[in-house]
Amino acid sequence: MTPHMDVAAALRQITGFIYPNELELHWALLVVIYPYLTGLVAGAFILASLEKVFKVKELEHTYRFSLLIALAFLIVAPLPLLTHLGHPERSFEIFLTPHFKSAMAMFGFVYAWYLMVVLLLEIWFEYRADLVRWSRSEHGVKRLVHNVLTLGSKDVSPGAVAFDHKAVHVITLIGIPSAFLLHGYVGFIFGSVKANPWWSSVLIPIVFLFSAIVSGISLVFLLYYIVTLLRKQTPDMACLNKLASFLFYALLVDFSLELLDFVHRLYESEESIKILSELIYTKLFLSLTIVQIILGTIAPILLLAVARFSKLPDELKRLGFFIAALLVQVGIFSTRWNVVIGGQLFSKSLRGLTFYKLEVGGAEGLLTGVTFLVLPLLILFVLVKVLPPWREARTREEG
Amino acid sequence: MGRGRREFLQKVIEGAGSAFLLQVVAPIAALAKPDASGYDAEGHYYGMGIQVDKCIGCGRCVEACKAENGVPREPLYFRTWVERYVIRSDGETTVDSPDGGIHGFPATAEENDIMRSFFVPKLCNHCDRPPCVQVCPVGATFKTEDGVVLVDSDYCIGCRYCIQACPYGARYLNPHTKTADKCTFCYHRITKGMTPACVEVCPTQARVFGETKAMSSPLRRLMRMGRLQVLKPSLNTEPKVFYTALDGEVR
Repeated sequence: MTPHMDVAAALRQITGFIYPNELELHWALLVVIYPYLTGLVAGAFILASLEKVFKVKELEHTYRFSLLIALAFLIVAPLPLLTHLGHPERSFEIFLTPHFKSAMAMFGFVYAWYLMVVLLLEIWFEYRADLVRWSRSEHGVKRLVHNVLTLGSKDVSPGAVAFDHKAVHVITLIGIPSAFLLHGYVGFIFGSVKANPWWSSVLIPIVFLFSAIVSGISLVFLLYYIVTLLRKQTPDMACLNKLASFLFYALLVDFSLELLDFVHRLYESEESIKILSELIYTKLFLSLTIVQIILGTIAPILLLAVARFSKLPDELKRLGFFIAALLVQVGIFSTRWNVVIGGQLFSKSLRGLTFYKLEVGGAEGLLTGVTFLVLPLLILFVLVKVLPPWREARTREEG
Repeated sequence: MGRGRREFLQKVIEGAGSAFLLQVVAPIAALAKPDASGYDAEGHYYGMGIQVDKCIGCGRCVEACKAENGVPREPLYFRTWVERYVIRSDGETTVDSPDGGIHGFPATAEENDIMRSFFVPKLCNHCDRPPCVQVCPVGATFKTEDGVVLVDSDYCIGCRYCIQACPYGARYLNPHTKTADKCTFCYHRITKGMTPACVEVCPTQARVFGETKAMSSPLRRLMRMGRLQVLKPSLNTEPKVFYTALDGEVR
């Protein structure tokens, strides 16, 4: 909202009483996109880790691809936050003079840790031997790029490659808690705001985490499926089945946690319950009840159960999985929406509801939001070109 | 080590030492001690008392605050505002604050139906345990030694986390500076021995400003005589704005 907002028109949309300063909604679409993106990163990484740590062989097809997806989305994740700041040019102060009691101050460090220590390092060790071999057989720009990416480490002897594998394993082990930290921490930013009864819950970081896993698995599924079709190949059915199973179980856990949160609030029935009920029945009815719960959670659970555990032909199964994964993405986005926007639609006086009008243009408008959602896909396109994640691109190990 | 080199090193170390003193220690020391005007923050700890049954809802405080502090005139930016509570015979409570109460309040309809009604001035509570200060990622909002919560607008990055963390709706994002803004207890006035603008203009002395610890202050007298209540005590923010005759309906 701008200082030029039509205050009279805005006031007409208020029901009950809100504090005068609450007429402006402070965290808008871009702050919805931020936890959505970090969730996808954490989820994609955790999925990748399953193959490495728990030796889920079926997921070998998507291991490298998941890592690249995580990287592409992680690169974009801080941009909506940066754009949303009143003074983006001062953002570096978070690194220079962080206020250690602030949950938000840790963002820079958690992000840097995850990007530098976990993702980039794991990807480098994973690809290093291939980079060396690719650069040997290539010419021109490709050769140069791959050569540079080896960082001068050209040893592909069995010992060196074994070290790479070991390093990847260790980084994955560090990476799993780091991925939990990355998104659990984002949940904590909201969950620790005691002023806001919609956010203030110890369950929020946990719910964020499981919804992250759900979103990551479904994203990898969607992208793997689409890209495989674009490459005019048949997706590996065992891999799809495995992804669908994981998505199904993660969804069940996620939904159970959300139900627990809901029942707990209802049963405790604190001071805020009246206004929160009103919020759910009016302003959030479409985005919470219809989109998040029915379309985004219950429908995909049923669809996955039928497609995964019945004797349907593979084509139908794939279609079922695909629709379920799409619905999950819509559902998770509305989850983020309902947390971030929903938490600001009621007054802290607990006496009234306010509104949010999504603008199309402007720094925090729909177009900017869509840009931040498309940008990771463009980055992913480049990453896939530079670091092909597909099985046939892998070179055979020497010796 | 040759003499020349030793001397050189000594000079370098001395130079670095004095640079450290100048850059780091000096500003900190300056903060702690009386400033150029002779004001010593250490000797003060401010708070405000609000006597709800004395407020007539004239809105002069809101106007004075906007004028004194250059608060944007649009009716969605307030450092202080006044709320009117009307509790009807059937127990239903309605609250309003048209334009923050800056022009007073229009008469309510059906006066016979009203069980009780009163005005409640609101402002930043200058909490002793301020959640806004806790969440600021760069430390741009802070509690002064004399107990006032302030925002450094040259330092604030405009993330608005403090606005989310304030349980009282006391903060807004200043549309001109694009930084968080709120009541300062008129810090520029109180450090010169004056009272905040809202206190100065209140025709009924519903607002009492002063020292929370000095025995002879008017606020201290109110704290001795009155039955005090703070807003949202369950959140453990320990506000330093104390209300007398506060109704349970007020949040």
